[in-house]
Amino acid sequence: MPGVLAIYRWELRKLRAQKRTYLGLGAAAVIPLIFVIALVAEGGRPEDVAFGRYVHDTGLAIPLVLLLFGSIWMFPLITALVAGDIVAAEDRHDTLKAILTRSAERHQIFAAKALAAGSYAVAAIAITGAVALVAGILASGFNPITSLSGTEVSAPHGLALVGASLLVYLLPILAIASVAVLLSTALRNSGAAIVGTLLFSLLLQLVDILPGLGTLHPYLLSTQFDAWQGLLRTPIDWAPIVRAAWVCALYGIPALVAASLIFLRRDVASD
Amino acid sequence: MAEKPAVAGAAPIEVRGLTKRYDEITAVDGVDLTIEPGDVFGYLGPNGAGKTTSLRMMLGLIRPTAGSVRLFGRDPQVSAAALEGVAGFVEAPSFYPYFSGRRNLELYAALDGPASGAAARIDEVLETVGLLDRAKDRVRGYSHGMRQRLGIASALLRSPRLLILDEPTTGLDPAGMRDMRQLVRDLAARGITVLLSSHLLVEVDELCNRVAIIRRGQIAYEGSLAELRRTAGLSYRVRTTDDESALQILSRQPAVSAVAVDSAGGLSFKVADEATVGDFSLGLAEVGIAVLELTPKHATLEELFFRLTEDGAGPAEGVQEPGRAAVTA
Repeated sequence: MPGVLAIYRWELRKLRAQKRTYLGLGAAAVIPLIFVIALVAEGGRPEDVAFGRYVHDTGLAIPLVLLLFGSIWMFPLITALVAGDIVAAEDRHDTLKAILTRSAERHQIFAAKALAAGSYAVAAIAITGAVALVAGILASGFNPITSLSGTEVSAPHGLALVGASLLVYLLPILAIASVAVLLSTALRNSGAAIVGTLLFSLLLQLVDILPGLGTLHPYLLSTQFDAWQGLLRTPIDWAPIVRAAWVCALYGIPALVAASLIFLRRDVASD
Repeated sequence: MAEKPAVAGAAPIEVRGLTKRYDEITAVDGVDLTIEPGDVFGYLGPNGAGKTTSLRMMLGLIRPTAGSVRLFGRDPQVSAAALEGVAGFVEAPSFYPYFSGRRNLELYAALDGPASGAAARIDEVLETVGLLDRAKDRVRGYSHGMRQRLGIASALLRSPRLLILDEPTTGLDPAGMRDMRQLVRDLAARGITVLLSSHLLVEVDELCNRVAIIRRGQIAYEGSLAELRRTAGLSYRVRTTDDESALQILSRQPAVSAVAVDSAGGLSFKVADEATVGDFSLGLAEVGIAVLELTPKHATLEELFFRLTEDGAGPAEGVQEPGRAAVTA
């Protein structure tokens, strides 16, 4: 019997051989570049978002502004592009019957797929963060950044906080990836799973702004996309980060459990 | 749940009461089959009869509604370990189009696990199916025949003792069909038990020592083709100088059945053995009736197949269904 790690490596090889992977990761790299080029060319600044006013003062502000912009649809879409396809692709190629008649157990294959979808999401965020940092520092310099509490944070410390912010940002992204894996498994259709994930994400954003639903606000997945801002306060406000961890788990874990049950029990028949 | 090891001496495939229902439709209905070591077993039936659904259940891809499957004594629903020594494909073999043929085999070998030694056999199986020179090409560019051969290669990676092949010659040109059949023959000669699903009688007749014929999800016949032909009975046509009297004599013979007057003149009838025909001709001579024509009519395999499988048809006349009578293997 093969190990999950061996199957996971093959899932990554499959991703590396598919255009959609490069489309998603390419977008994750190109969007920050376009953003920085536009900032340099236009000279303006997005005043209405946190850190927007500092984009010309320090490159460290660039990835943070992108995290705010990206949460509405960009990162959910990039995540869903691969996570929504990870099981449905096997249905598209009719390969599930081939891989399930070897020596690997279904739960191993599912675990490898979920891990691969998560790895891709991590790579996408890492690429956006790295490109935004490099391009931002080239354009605006490696200078201290002003925290949300108004205190100045040194550039090296700011860099560490940006890295930590990207990690916290991964919590809702991985929850979105889990929902995409569930839709991919249940719908067996990439397009439907990707659109479904995006709609789910947009729906949560909509609930977020609806009047009268304020009590739900802390428990919405969309809210957790802002949890990293706790790191950029002085002192660090851990409450939103801790809440993001368990709220994202509440979304992500049931989605993965449901997906795995469907995958373990499903009949692999031609439709 | 841990799967128990293969049972020594257990049949490669033992299926009991296998049933699959989808809402109102019963795709497979109480199928019983036993495939013995060394069999090249033909699984015959028209499209939609339930062949592929039963094969999918045998490979653990579909959960049966009722009944059981044992592969060398182990249940494929419990664990992939039951597929040890088993390989094959249902419908067409499938591959990742963006990988080369070799890369696909490497992936499947990885899924067989390092202990299987499958990865070390890739060149050998590519050579066996004649794809070594195209192994670096992406499967996207493979012809249907090449994919079928790559399907056999991916099955052979597992060093199977039981090979399950679903319509392996479908869509192949005549040369491809000939090569594929030769390959199956060669594999069987190596001692591999083969379950070959097909709707092509010629193919099954050529390759298989035993068959099961499935009709509307149920086994209509299980046994050897020779037995099927034999039990279909012997049909004769006779034309005499006095057919009316001949009909009376024929009707009095104890071992004669299905006596009928041919529209083209003459009579047709069935007998259990040739001796009865001899007695009948002597009986005609005794009353001074001359035989103008007496010809045996053998049912072709195709006729038998159609009688067994066509809508609304019961078992062929003279052919008894398994479970009800002696023809079962």
